Amino acid sequence: MKNRLMENVNNFIMLMEKKKSVKFSVYGAVFLVMLIIPKIGLPMFMVRIMTMIGMYVILSMSLNLITGYTGQVSIGHAGFCAIGAYTSALISLNFGTNFFITALLGAVVAGIFGLLLGLPTLRLSGTYLTIATLGFGEVIRMVILNWESLTNGPLGITKIPRPVFFGIELTSLNGGLYYLVWILVIITTVVIYRIIRSKMGRALMAIREDELVSKLMGIKTVNLKIYAFIISAFFAGLAGSYYAHMIRYIDPNTFTFDTSIMIISIVIFGGMGTIKGMFLGSALLISFPEVLRFLQEYRFVVFGLILVLMIRFRPQGILGGQSRRDYKMPKGVNLEKIMKEG
Amino acid sequence: MALLEVKNLSKHFGGLKAVDSVNFKVEKGEIISIIGPNGAGKTTIFNLLTGIYTTTSGQIIFDNKEIQNLTPQEIVGHGMARTFQNIRLFKELRVIENVLIGMHIQIDYNFLDLLFRTNKYKEQEAKKTIEAVRILKSIGLEDKLNNYAINLPYGDQRRLEIARAIATNAKIILLDEPAAGMNPQESEELLNFIKQLRNKGYTIILIEHDMKVVMNISDRIYVIDHGKKIAEGLPEDIANNPKVVEAYLGKEV
Ligand SMILES: Nc1ncnc2c1ncn2[C@@H]1O[C@H](COP(=O)(O)OP(=O)(O)OP(=O)(O)O)[C@@H](O)[C@H]1O
Ligand SMILES: [Mg+2]
Repeated sequence: MKNRLMENVNNFIMLMEKKKSVKFSVYGAVFLVMLIIPKIGLPMFMVRIMTMIGMYVILSMSLNLITGYTGQVSIGHAGFCAIGAYTSALISLNFGTNFFITALLGAVVAGIFGLLLGLPTLRLSGTYLTIATLGFGEVIRMVILNWESLTNGPLGITKIPRPVFFGIELTSLNGGLYYLVWILVIITTVVIYRIIRSKMGRALMAIREDELVSKLMGIKTVNLKIYAFIISAFFAGLAGSYYAHMIRYIDPNTFTFDTSIMIISIVIFGGMGTIKGMFLGSALLISFPEVLRFLQEYRFVVFGLILVLMIRFRPQGILGGQSRRDYKMPKGVNLEKIMKEG
Repeated sequence: MALLEVKNLSKHFGGLKAVDSVNFKVEKGEIISIIGPNGAGKTTIFNLLTGIYTTTSGQIIFDNKEIQNLTPQEIVGHGMARTFQNIRLFKELRVIENVLIGMHIQIDYNFLDLLFRTNKYKEQEAKKTIEAVRILKSIGLEDKLNNYAINLPYGDQRRLEIARAIATNAKIILLDEPAAGMNPQESEELLNFIKQLRNKGYTIILIEHDMKVVMNISDRIYVIDHGKKIAEGLPEDIANNPKVVEAYLGKEV
């Protein structure tokens, strides 16, 4: 029964690959649905959840680059969010700069921290690296907590301006925040997809598979891991900036270890090293506590349980593991012609 | 000038002299075999040549350059590639991806090219993918290019490792027991393939236990025992050399 379903899905995807018209109509339909969601009188909280899902797609996609594709497990990703959020919030409050600039700066500063974390730690491997990232997340939180002159310490930062786009303030009510996050999702997806489908992406996956052999292929493994960290931190910072301007209030407990765990849970659950898995994982794990409100307090217990079961019975995640589709050849490669060559 | 010259190469692990003042030369276009009993130090020589281990002492001169202090990445850039005794493929990647990763250093575009999918990116990806498929075709794996490496039968995995080494555009290819675990027919095919490689201008160093393969294919043979070179010469000389017989069969009492 389940296999039949998978087969049908696969056949359909195959059809999509073959027929451009089918592909465009499917994408078009999804696009239209996404477009009208804030406009059809759905309860406010549902639009909110869709917005949060978008934010976690960005975050999980960002972590997926280093953990899913490169094999470097990080559980301090909330640190990069916090850096992006504080940078963006402080700049916009102190200088009145537009969100689109402050968010970019937040992402860049987070990227710089990605470099700073990457330089010493990426010589570590496995568990040591993971512990270093955990430490990183906590150090960032402690600095934010204690550097009161800059961050206002435990009281946090309030009245962060909403994003303004050509004079229009983006709110939940006008759907602006929803559209904004999904535009950021599209940008993130395109960037990550293009990295993966290139020599850089292949090199990252090679590092995951066998770091020593990657070196023998001429891959500068340390540099590449650092680049991956920078890019990953950049997008985590971007998501953090967005969050700050959406919620309009941040404090040292906005981005904690729980956030990091949530992100890595999505990556594992959805399927490490896949892009669609990040969408599915975010949709399921973010809507889950809302759908099952009565579980709220036990959220993390249930999470833990699901993750353990997942790792036991489907370690590659829901959509992870080997693809049953053919390798997607780049444009301009005529396989049949090469096969016929003498 | 030989393509590869190794002078007084040594590698010590603590008190163990795994490679002990070994000298040898490889001329362009030769197939050289390194043989010797288990634990003789053959694989260690490959690890030294490819920069996985640092040498304790000695020189490695490849294509007129000293390479003993270079990183593995620099060495592959100079044109040396290898396979492993215990196959080391990128297991959860596809056959074609394994070969494309082998081409990493030849693919010429930067981050902005891939981000904006410039013509340079498109042209390079198409060109190198075609090249990768041709390499797979030459070794008979073209029908399996979509497969994941880990799902291939054993013989195919060995061949894919060779394909990946060729993909680096190496001048010299080091094969560490490529026929191990192959059935006679597969190993016969492999033999022919290695000969074809030589005819295409590749130089090959082969570590091999199967004497039939070694005697059939080698231009010259080096024999290593306990880290030391104990004999060198043409296949027929080696077969009749008492020292070699002794190393393999033990001293007669
Ligand atoms: N990293 C290492 N640390 C310590 N000892 C090592 C290391 N690598 C190899 N050795 C030792 O060096 C010696 C030579 O090993 P090597 O793998 O080169 O042998 P080999 O000739 O390839 O043998 P085989 O035919 O079994 O593959 C062995 O005694 C081995 O235990
Ligand atoms: Mg060996």
